[in-house]
Amino acid sequence: MKLAVLSGKGGTGKTLVSVNLAAVAKNSVYVDCDVEEPNGHLFFKPTEIETETVAIKIPVVDEDLCLGCRKCVDFCKFNALAAIVNKLLVFDDICHSCGGCIMLCPSNALTEKDKVIGEIKTGISEEVKVISGILNTGEVSGIPIIKELLKKTAAEKRLTLIDCPPGSACIVMESIRDADYCILVAEPTIFGRHNLALVYELVKLFNKPHGVVINKCMPGENLIETFCIENKINVLSKIPFESELGAINSDGEIAVKSEKYYGLFSELLQAVVKEVEHETVTHS
Amino acid sequence: MKIAIPADEKNLAGEVCMSFGRAPYFYIYETITKMGDFIENEAASSPGGAGIKAAQIVVDNHADILITPRCGENAAEVFKATELQIYKSKNGSISDNLDAYHNDKLSKLENFHAGFHGVTGN
Repeated sequence: MKLAVLSGKGGTGKTLVSVNLAAVAKNSVYVDCDVEEPNGHLFFKPTEIETETVAIKIPVVDEDLCLGCRKCVDFCKFNALAAIVNKLLVFDDICHSCGGCIMLCPSNALTEKDKVIGEIKTGISEEVKVISGILNTGEVSGIPIIKELLKKTAAEKRLTLIDCPPGSACIVMESIRDADYCILVAEPTIFGRHNLALVYELVKLFNKPHGVVINKCMPGENLIETFCIENKINVLSKIPFESELGAINSDGEIAVKSEKYYGLFSELLQAVVKEVEHETVTHS
Repeated sequence: MKIAIPADEKNLAGEVCMSFGRAPYFYIYETITKMGDFIENEAASSPGGAGIKAAQIVVDNHADILITPRCGENAAEVFKATELQIYKSKNGSISDNLDAYHNDKLSKLENFHAGFHGVTGN
């Protein structure tokens, strides 16, 4: 079972929820897809770390072979190539590594080279396997790293928590692609509601079963709860706005290790598992 | 000598377009014949790399001078491979800017921006 944890904005509690769900589930896998700033490892402090690099393929030109036909330039939808004064320019950051230019080149002037854009670190923290994607500073897109992360966990039988990047752009779509269920984390502010509406639209578009976790809950009227009632979205859990939980989190500790919060996340996990099993029954 | 200017509309009295890569048109003016034409900028609707393709179009039209309010790093990289010179446009119409260029009132554009790509998650 693969559970994706996402939110429209950063800082709502994606990592809090995914780390604690993975910890409470025990025999589980935690995948940090927030490759621009992965932080789940700060809580798990994994050991026995294995590192592998992630590279993408970028075209290289052999100017002696280039005929200047421009087939590659005309083909590239992203305009990663330009033919200027008998010179073919390649813009590495624009290239999406489709390989089309190389296939079309009639004179074999284009070949591929590897460009390392980041790495994947895999380690163990008690019974949780911790996998983190890390995009090198200055690189444009972390999507190739996310694809590798998900390839590594595709055959995984254990419960897998996917900690997504914030937002609702391509990088998030890639992260939830294989998920059986999406947990949307939101905080009760106007900004939080606005961003929840964006990810809600996204999970509907992808036909993913989903539910909401409201973080930083205070007594009284709650913007997110109202939004969920209006849109008939299941509220899975409400995490209270408490300085004690904030302190545990800022100390880099896992909240479910404290008895007080164990129940909260254990109940959330049960609620989600029940939802997924219900989905499986109704869709099979 | 040819001068290229990004244009919002096919009108010399119209403003210079604020964007280079995604300008709907380019005005290409020939200083010897004093004649000019508006050409469509096919790069305007590109999903990405509009600046690169727009620069390719400007170079393919044999422009020697580009007058633009701003220009991205990638387009600048394309121009670097040519002799083309870039001048910063002033507020006003396309004709105002042509006049300003002829009267030496325009200065070279020396700052190139990194783009407005909103690449979070590209």
